[in-house]
Amino acid sequence: MKPVFEITRGMLPTDTSYCPGCAHGIAHRIIMETLVEMGQLENTIGVTPIGCSIVSHEFMNVEMCESAHGRAPAIASGIRRVHPDKMVFTYQGDGDLASIGAGEIVHAAHRGEKFTTFFINNGIYGMTGGQMAPTTLIGQKATTAPEGRDPELTGWPLRVAEMLATIPGAVFVERVALNSPANVMKAKKVIRKAPEIQQKKLGFTFVEILSTCPTNWGKTPIEACKWIDEKVIPYYPLGNLRTPEEA
Amino acid sequence: MTYKMFFAGSGGQGVLMMGQAIAYAAMMEGKEVTFMPSYGPEMRGGTANCTVIVSDKPISCPLINEADAVVVMNPPSLTKFESMVSPGGKLFVNTSLIDFAPTRTDVEITDIAANDVAKDIGLARSANIVMLGAVAQGVGIVSAASVRKVMSKLFSGSKAHLLEPNLKALDVYLKGE
Amino acid sequence: MSEKVLMKGNEAFGEAAIRGGARFYFGYPITPQNEVPEFMSRELNKRGGQFVQAESELAAVNMAYGAAAAGGRVFISTSSPGFALMQEGMSFMASAEIPVVAMNVSRGGPGVGGIQPGQADYFQATRGGGNGDYHIPVFAPSTLQEAVDMIYEAFEIADKYRNPVLILADGMMGQMMEPVVLPEQKEQLQSEDIASRKPWALTGWGGKEKRSTVVSLHMKPDVLEECVEKLFVKYRAAEKELVRYETHDLEGAQVVFVAFGTMARIVSEAMEMLGEQGIKAGMIRPQSLWPYPYCAFDEIDTATTKVVISTELSMGQMLQDVNIGVCGRWPTDLIYRTGGIVPTSLEIVERTKKILEGLKK
Repeated sequence: MKPVFEITRGMLPTDTSYCPGCAHGIAHRIIMETLVEMGQLENTIGVTPIGCSIVSHEFMNVEMCESAHGRAPAIASGIRRVHPDKMVFTYQGDGDLASIGAGEIVHAAHRGEKFTTFFINNGIYGMTGGQMAPTTLIGQKATTAPEGRDPELTGWPLRVAEMLATIPGAVFVERVALNSPANVMKAKKVIRKAPEIQQKKLGFTFVEILSTCPTNWGKTPIEACKWIDEKVIPYYPLGNLRTPEEA
Repeated sequence: MTYKMFFAGSGGQGVLMMGQAIAYAAMMEGKEVTFMPSYGPEMRGGTANCTVIVSDKPISCPLINEADAVVVMNPPSLTKFESMVSPGGKLFVNTSLIDFAPTRTDVEITDIAANDVAKDIGLARSANIVMLGAVAQGVGIVSAASVRKVMSKLFSGSKAHLLEPNLKALDVYLKGE
Repeated sequence: MSEKVLMKGNEAFGEAAIRGGARFYFGYPITPQNEVPEFMSRELNKRGGQFVQAESELAAVNMAYGAAAAGGRVFISTSSPGFALMQEGMSFMASAEIPVVAMNVSRGGPGVGGIQPGQADYFQATRGGGNGDYHIPVFAPSTLQEAVDMIYEAFEIADKYRNPVLILADGMMGQMMEPVVLPEQKEQLQSEDIASRKPWALTGWGGKEKRSTVVSLHMKPDVLEECVEKLFVKYRAAEKELVRYETHDLEGAQVVFVAFGTMARIVSEAMEMLGEQGIKAGMIRPQSLWPYPYCAFDEIDTATTKVVISTELSMGQMLQDVNIGVCGRWPTDLIYRTGGIVPTSLEIVERTKKILEGLKK
């Protein structure tokens, strides 16, 4: 009998530690499925961030390194220099990448480091309990913005993909979302392009993944998915910002 | 025997190079040697100085309280450092740029118009090499042959064409082997 | 044995690292060690390695962490304020058991401080400047030859203990020139050989028995305690195996100086000058600052020694260790200059005589 569905061997046979409705699990799975499809699972080294996904090495079946908060791009730069023919990626959230690690991500892109960053943007600090991130939307409540984010006090949400797309070394930059089956299917296609371009050693590749955090948003998983369509995508539009001609 | 030297001037006068040349020459002769430059913002157009110690035994401290020979290439260096010469020691003064006399009477003073001499032989930028020849001759701590050998190492490769003119500058005051 | 070459300290440090097998260097400009990254940018790429100028010391130390976690042999260098920034990485590398050789060409502090030589990073170096329970072996050379030899060996120590190792020099050593005999070039570990030689390193799990992960997070306190205790089994061994020091003229000495690095050189000249004046002086020169050679103090001549003086380019940071070593057996005192001032040997002689007079009263 032909199986209609198999769990990818890119994921380890264990439950994840993520909340119901959180998109980390989907992101993990489609990244790992992609590496399996590319025949790169055994050849890949990943770097985890500080945040809920620090322990993603317990779920993703690739060799991985934990990092200090925000430093994953520097660590991946070091790894890639030692192993120029391995597949290297960082997996980072928005507190990690857009705040404390803003310097490291900009300069990894600036040096055109030949690894891929998967940037999980859920607009909030998840693991520490719902504090405001640089990506938190105006009016969105957070434990450090109890009345909702006020641009007078905190500035405006940071569009990381757009910022990185201005850097010559960032050769592939695209934003995707994981809030509907159609968007997940589209995201998976984009997620495959980035490591393919990495293999061609053209420069830094970056995929921003709009994700849900129902727990810290105070929403049900379904409400969270709707909120991405209604509020998040209008501010962080989906689509490609940079593709190398060679790709 | 330990011989302590101090070279001072302004940035760009090739002061550190003079000290390095003596240090190289001494090392080639199998002597112990240390070279300690001043460093930092002073390097950029301000004062430059260095200490060279040559000895036949391991050198403990690369810094000095006083020097057996002091070389001053510009006026502020004479004012600031003539007190460093040990009594009976040697003071080399670049009289092309320094138009006042040292106050010390207990040291042996050698006046060298380094810039004028260099200009006269058509090598205006080699005043430091002219002075180096005079210093090497005057202190006698390294042989003339060793200093010439250092020149051939310093001026090699892309700088090889500079060797001959600089040997000429060196040999204005450096005599013998 | 190869012939002597006259080298600037910072360049000799870089050369020693390359000959010690370092293939990766990550650095950021800071005075007085700029010649190290400059030298590495000239030399490393053409000698089978890679130089990367990082955007900050924070990034440099984390690149080092990544490269060493991937099995590369890594050297990093900086100066005091830069090493303060690198402490995050030192703590992480100690926790994740990643071998890296770091060099601090230290200068006067605190804050931006100055760029002249200092030893005021003593606490930062020996007490663990980062968070948590860990140690870093620290070696303090006092000549360029010793620095070259220590850097060369440090890679083996780092690999053996799977821990960062620090070489603590200062601006004077970085800037001075001295003849050095360079050691043989060690064989470089090539990327394709890492998986077999360092099975713990990150290479991708293809062909391996076990998937490697490099971690420092342990959410369960009992697991973390166990991990820290495991580190300390290693540190207890290091405390026995890595203690290094020299003693000079302790027998019959009235005064015993304790000095490391640049200060030890000035003290040895002061010892000669004191001897000429009829004051017999000895010295303990710690070469390892962690582990500290407390045992060296047992060699002090009990019959003659009147005082033990910590002599340092800081405000008595090492005096704490001197007091532990002395353990109440002799009075202790401090001769210091700080802020980037290096005392002359004459100054040390004068201060020593004052201390001795004070003891008579």
